[in-house]
Amino acid sequence: MLQPTVDTQIKTWDEIKTTTCYMCACRCGIKVYLKDGTVKYIEGNRDHPVNKGVICGKGAAGIMQHTSPARLSKPLLRVGERGAGEFKEIEWDEALTIATSWLKEVRGSDPRKLAFFTGRDQSQGLTGWWASQFGTPNYAAHGGFCSVNMAAAGLYTYGGSFWEFGEPDWKHARYFLLFGVAEDHASNPLKMGLGKLKERGAKIVSINPVRTGYSAIADEWIGIRPGTDGLFVGALIHVLLEHQKIDAEYLTRYTNSAWLIIENAGSAEDGLVLRNSAGTPLVWDPTTSATKVAMTYGADPALMGRFTLPDGRKVVTSFTLIAERFLKEEYAPEVVAPRCGIEAATIRRIAGELAHTAFEDSIELDIPWTDYLGRRHEKTLGRPVAMHAMRGISAHSNGFHTCRTIHILQIMLGTIDVPGGSRYKPPFPKAIPPHVKPAGKPGQVQPNKPLPGPPLGFITSPEDLLVDAEGTPQRIDKAYSWDAPLAAHGMMHMVINNASKGDPYNIDVLFMYMANMGWNSAMNVPDTIQALTAKKPDGSYVIPKIIYSDAYASETVHYADLILPDTTYLERWDCISMLDRPISEADGPADSIRQPVVELDRDVRPFQSVLIDLGHRIGLPGLTNADGSARYPGGYPDYIVNHERAPGLGPLAGFRGGDGKSSGRGAVNPHQLKAYIDNGCHWYHELPEHMRYYRHVNWDYLDWATFFGFMGKPEPIIHQVYSETLQKFRLAARGHGKVLPPEQHRKRIETYFDPIPFWYEPFEEAMVSNNEFPMHAITQRPMAMYHSWGSQNTWLRQILGRNWLYVHKQRAADLGIADGDWVNVTSHHGTIKCQTKLMEGQNEDTVWTWNAIGKRSGTWGLDANAPEAKKGFLLNHLISDLLPEREGGYRYSNSDPVTGQAAWYDLRVRVEKAVDQSEESAPQFAVVKDLGK
Amino acid sequence: MNPAYSVILFTTASGAGYGLLALLGLVGFNHGTTSSQTFALTTAFIALALITSGLLSSTLHLGHPERAWRALSQWRSSWLSREGVAAIATYPVALFFIATWSGLLDAPALIKPLGILTIIICTVTVICTAMIYRSLRTIRQWNHKLVVPVYLAFALATGATLLPAVAIWFERWQIFQAILAAVAIASVAAIKFVYWRSIDNIPRTHTTGEATGLGKDVRMWELPHTNTNFIQKEMGFVVARKHALQLRKLVFLFLAVALLATVSTMFATPYLAIPAALFAILAAVFERWLFFAEAEHVVTLYYGKAAV
Amino acid sequence: MTTLPTHTTKKLGLVIDLDTCVGCQACATSCKEWNSQGISAPLTDAKPRSAEPMGTWLNRIHGYEVKEEGSAHSRIVHMPRSCLHCEDAACVTVCPTGASYKRQEDGIVLVNPETCIGCKLCSWACPYGAREYDYTEGVMKKCTLCVDRIYNENLDEPDRVPACVKACPTGARHFGDLGDGNSAVSQLVKDRGGYDLFSEMGYKPTNKYLPPRKRRDTVTTAEAMPKSTGSAMDKLFAWADKLLTVSEGPSTMSQPDNSAKLEG
Ligand SMILES: Nc1nc2c(c(=O)[nH]1)N[C@H]1C(S)=C(S)[C@@H](COP(=O)(O)OP(=O)(O)OC[C@H]3O[C@@H](n4cnc5c(=O)[nH]c(N)nc54)[C@H](O)[C@@H]3O)O[C@H]1N2
Ligand SMILES: Nc1nc2c(c(=O)[nH]1)N[C@H]1C(S)=C(S)[C@@H](COP(=O)(O)OP(=O)(O)OC[C@H]3O[C@@H](n4cnc5c(=O)[nH]c(N)nc54)[C@H](O)[C@@H]3O)O[C@H]1N2
Ligand code: SF4
Ligand code: SF4
Ligand code: SF4
Ligand code: SF4
Ligand code: SF4
Ligand SMILES: [Mo]
Repeated sequence: MLQPTVDTQIKTWDEIKTTTCYMCACRCGIKVYLKDGTVKYIEGNRDHPVNKGVICGKGAAGIMQHTSPARLSKPLLRVGERGAGEFKEIEWDEALTIATSWLKEVRGSDPRKLAFFTGRDQSQGLTGWWASQFGTPNYAAHGGFCSVNMAAAGLYTYGGSFWEFGEPDWKHARYFLLFGVAEDHASNPLKMGLGKLKERGAKIVSINPVRTGYSAIADEWIGIRPGTDGLFVGALIHVLLEHQKIDAEYLTRYTNSAWLIIENAGSAEDGLVLRNSAGTPLVWDPTTSATKVAMTYGADPALMGRFTLPDGRKVVTSFTLIAERFLKEEYAPEVVAPRCGIEAATIRRIAGELAHTAFEDSIELDIPWTDYLGRRHEKTLGRPVAMHAMRGISAHSNGFHTCRTIHILQIMLGTIDVPGGSRYKPPFPKAIPPHVKPAGKPGQVQPNKPLPGPPLGFITSPEDLLVDAEGTPQRIDKAYSWDAPLAAHGMMHMVINNASKGDPYNIDVLFMYMANMGWNSAMNVPDTIQALTAKKPDGSYVIPKIIYSDAYASETVHYADLILPDTTYLERWDCISMLDRPISEADGPADSIRQPVVELDRDVRPFQSVLIDLGHRIGLPGLTNADGSARYPGGYPDYIVNHERAPGLGPLAGFRGGDGKSSGRGAVNPHQLKAYIDNGCHWYHELPEHMRYYRHVNWDYLDWATFFGFMGKPEPIIHQVYSETLQKFRLAARGHGKVLPPEQHRKRIETYFDPIPFWYEPFEEAMVSNNEFPMHAITQRPMAMYHSWGSQNTWLRQILGRNWLYVHKQRAADLGIADGDWVNVTSHHGTIKCQTKLMEGQNEDTVWTWNAIGKRSGTWGLDANAPEAKKGFLLNHLISDLLPEREGGYRYSNSDPVTGQAAWYDLRVRVEKAVDQSEESAPQFAVVKDLGK
Repeated sequence: MNPAYSVILFTTASGAGYGLLALLGLVGFNHGTTSSQTFALTTAFIALALITSGLLSSTLHLGHPERAWRALSQWRSSWLSREGVAAIATYPVALFFIATWSGLLDAPALIKPLGILTIIICTVTVICTAMIYRSLRTIRQWNHKLVVPVYLAFALATGATLLPAVAIWFERWQIFQAILAAVAIASVAAIKFVYWRSIDNIPRTHTTGEATGLGKDVRMWELPHTNTNFIQKEMGFVVARKHALQLRKLVFLFLAVALLATVSTMFATPYLAIPAALFAILAAVFERWLFFAEAEHVVTLYYGKAAV
Repeated sequence: MTTLPTHTTKKLGLVIDLDTCVGCQACATSCKEWNSQGISAPLTDAKPRSAEPMGTWLNRIHGYEVKEEGSAHSRIVHMPRSCLHCEDAACVTVCPTGASYKRQEDGIVLVNPETCIGCKLCSWACPYGAREYDYTEGVMKKCTLCVDRIYNENLDEPDRVPACVKACPTGARHFGDLGDGNSAVSQLVKDRGGYDLFSEMGYKPTNKYLPPRKRRDTVTTAEAMPKSTGSAMDKLFAWADKLLTVSEGPSTMSQPDNSAKLEG
């Protein structure tokens, strides 16, 4: 009997184009199958360095994002009140004219009065440069509320970071510690990596209050109590020190462990590094019992010890101080155990496993390499312990020090950029910290003048702060002020509420791009909406003008005065540049582009081109020729190819030079974009084997990296386990130095600018009553949703159309809460109502939910009664942007005191069964008009 | 399982129809052409009307009714296909039978064999219908030895109560019909009682652990999607236990009334056969609703049910 | 033709590793995406923006909370589920039209959308919930094992695997011939103790699942590190002093000393 025949040779497409995905920040390479110019299918690009052919749940749903009914289709001008959703469609010319007049006025009077913040921006190379061309210091992307704790802790300690600038050595690692990660930016690489570890049977340990996703497949799960990782890791260090399981050679040669620290209490030099006249750090040479210049060839210096200098001053090696800190009883496993909710025996066992893997199970690759002193190493020694950490660490007010503690652990085990350890991704490692300082000091902001430097950078001492003589912050978000001195990514989460209070000053134009600040990226949503709509006595808005570029009908669109609709990611040019967050692999630098794969069918324009156009209309020097004509008439693609940051260095490192054959440095290549397209829209330069490890001290690499423009001159990047930078702030707090903190800040600076990492209780937990608010409340990234923008996706919303509050079974029983009960969750700041689900695989003191699933009725082109709005909810309503009042009535932002990182996960709550069991979450906001196409 | 009204109507109406037609076959076999032709024609008409309405409702309920004819092709393996074939085959047989009876076809010798044939084809069709459910390993309550008897008994009972209800209009009412109906109703009640007892007591040995192969201590954490899907709508239907018990009582009540009415026809007026028939059919409808509502599909183990 | 083939030349199927699956949904959306334009197209979504969207999907990822024997905490196991292409597939034999059939050459179980009448009986016969009725199309849909990819010469050779397999970022999904004992997938099943889903139903699924490995939260290769007695600090100093007497270790001088370049 014959069976039906099926067509196994279908060809539903007539063309396949490559480009880069933008369904999240991972930036995988994709192949888009097209039929008569419409998208049929999207798959991972096998040749792409980032994802090597795989694709994730979001990426494969790209079609539904691209065709979303929530897409904006024309520039909008607000006609009603803010939030009323009354807009009129206008032509682009009118839109750009309005924007130009607003911006010109600000630039001509006081450029600070433009606050330009760009959220999920993948073109920070352009936007940051644009801001400094404009002359405002008030620029940042989302880093400040995202993971600056990771970036800063890494960059101030070892010249790289967990946050996008590094990755575990998936190929060789045998033991993997994963701290506080549910998904991460490297969405696909992490999954591919975990798959590789599983294949090789490496042990995966996940430290996480919740046992889902990555934690679910981990070989061991440590259900830690939120905010206590610093203690846990401190205890691991404690045990390793107890048993002298330390990589002494790595410490003495490649870190500042042997550097001598001056111990001279009360003096201006107390805690500073002992240096020679040339400023080179000194170490103790035990053979001569005298100091010698650090980083020189010869017998290794003393790793431990206190010494007296000929002039009588006392000095101590920095590692001695670190050992003293972590051998303290307060870091003993037995002491931290109850606080972390981890048994002491477990901590000791894991320390043992770490030591065993690092020292007994070490690996040697047959790769000779030469270190910065010219020492030739016949083999490359590897300590196969890798670690990765993200927002579980960073989203706490003690995240900076906790992250530094993790780095100290890695460094003590000698696992950074070694086979099996945690590796840098070029252009990292960079100098500690990178040699870029933020501009915007008093006097640096001048009408109609660019800033003398970039708005964001890395400061090394109080002199670099952006404060005036009285210590008043110069940035609207108070970044680089005494509130948050090392705020390397700015503090986007503070902008709107500061601006509405005129603290530190009033602004005129708030210009935002790609950030849903009126909803899921705001702490304290109700007050943020208040702030956006606040009025002066005369009836005008406190924030007079708001320009916003979004591509979809998000919550925030409703609070803007002028809306510049953007394209979808399949309709525009983009460049994923090493001047921004690199997509590089550990084995070599990489960058990529987006090309428009479909024609525009709406009256929208790519934001980057609009920004360049605006820049020219305003007359920004970098965007205008001497004769007043546009420097980049071709818009963004023109800029990508022709812009040079320094001679031969542009946004894209690949296919440079007249012949398109040079990499890194090279003349502008007019055919560069074509070259990228022909190469699958990416460029990847694999490093030779001898340049792949120990790159912070690998002579050949450092030399090459200098040529490539990654660093100014080839100098070793000596890990700063002891941070002299922090000590300088501490000295200022003690009254030493030119720039001193105002009285009210001194105690705080003195406490939190400890040169050696330490653990302290997260602020909110320390400030509110534990009886009133006994539980932690946190969120996790759902793998198939990207923040707010996944819910408009017809496919993804079927998977996760609403969220629940997950409560531990046992704890729920104690609280008299049954599965599916509706509960009130109350913080010191507010109350929400939501529905519970009970489970066991989570820390008992913690409740959690999926992030950003809750939506506002009427947004995202969804029916007003969509479950996202009626049953979904956000924890954000409970999270205060400010901490409770401190002595002197001053309210610090709810952030890390060092970096200003938003402390989302410090949230403390109480959970009670709701009297009102009606099937609707609370608060419910007024339904807004659907602005979708 | 989701009790779709089309299927309930189909199985009850056509069941009654086949029951009635089969009995007409019996009458024809016994009395041959001597018996009233108008009675025969009317009864046949009613039977075929019931059968046809049932078949139509189930056909129209298909995703592609216009393709229904294809369902006749797989009689080798599929009970649904067999049922279709049998159902179609019933028409010519029944028509021949009636034609000979009514003298349209002048072959009096054939009426007896055709009567028998009618009985057989009706029985076969009802068995096929029952086997569609009986053969499904995925549903305990259906994969049960009493399912075929239940379907046959209900077809007989509803048919047998209809027969006298029609017969009275042609002065063809006979005590024998009443006795047959009474016996049929009683046996339905008996079989159904045993059936329900049995499905209440079958051990729910299939567990989520067994379905997922993940060991003893397994419970559903998250459904694949937050919205309900086809599987949940179609197989996930659950009827509250106490609700079900009440409905069962109703079924027995209706059967009791039907029985009482039928018995009374022998002593009081035969016209009580009409309410008897109505209540028998009502019982069938409720029973059939429960037959679906109480059926637990093993797939629910993947969707949060601990055991079936 | 709904009678099952007595023997299929190949037994193509999937092997899914529950020890590695993180529940990312990539296989679910990739499946949806491919089959929305392949031979199963259209794969409709009814009322997609409403409070009750109703879409047809051929692969869904369930999450179960499982307590391993002897383990204190339970954990989540993510379980992707699609058609298992059973050998004894009642979903085929119950089909009245022959629309549902199992292929002679590779054992793939398919529905012919041209002849399916949408009676849903096959979905009742499937213990795994692998068949989804497309309300808009009025026909039954199911996993086709991407029969329109795996043989498709319009795709590059390495891409001739199911969409879900190609997508899977963790590599938890494997595709191959389980009829061939030497195939990679068969080997994997042997090595990892792959099992049949719900074998008690007797459908003889072709797809196999690799069970989650035992957790390793107690076993350890390392020697325990007890609380040290005496002053740990003194021991550390002593240890550090000893270090200074040991030699240079693996590295040897062989190149000019660059340190001068780095002074100051
Ligand atoms: N699919 C998807 N991918 C994304 C995003 C998305 O929205 N969706 N967002 C992107 C963005 S912007 C970012 S910043 C990254 C963030 O990626 P992640 O760092 O994975 O961020 P979260 O999902 O917040 O995960 C935080 C994890 O830390 C745990 N945790 C919370 N508190 C603690 C603690 O005190 N200690 C420990 N050890 N763990 C803790 C939580 O349970 C959670 O598992 O993801 C990026 N990738
Ligand atoms: N409770 C809680 N809150 C959190 C977090 C948390 O873990 N818990 N995480 C925080 C973190 S780390 C981050 S990074 C933020 C992220 O929060 P956001 O930065 O707000 O990110 P999205 O929600 O993705 O919003 C981005 C906006 O960009 C728009 N958009 C999308 N595509 C395009 C495009 O192509 N062009 C333009 N112009 N616009 C586009 C979207 O419509 C949306 O309005 O959330 C923060 N908020
Ligand atoms: S991880 Fe997924 S969404 Fe993010 S870029 Fe890669 S494919 Fe796109
Ligand atoms: S794609 Fe792979 S990891 Fe993701 S859910 Fe499917 S099988 Fe699991
Ligand atoms: S899984 Fe279900 S649909 Fe697939 S072959 Fe087996 S029984 Fe048929
Ligand atoms: S729904 Fe289609 S495939 Fe399934 S049994 Fe009916 S006709 Fe066959
Ligand atoms: S094999 Fe193809 S049809 Fe089947 S689940 Fe995978 S992607 Fe879907
Ligand atoms: Mo973020």
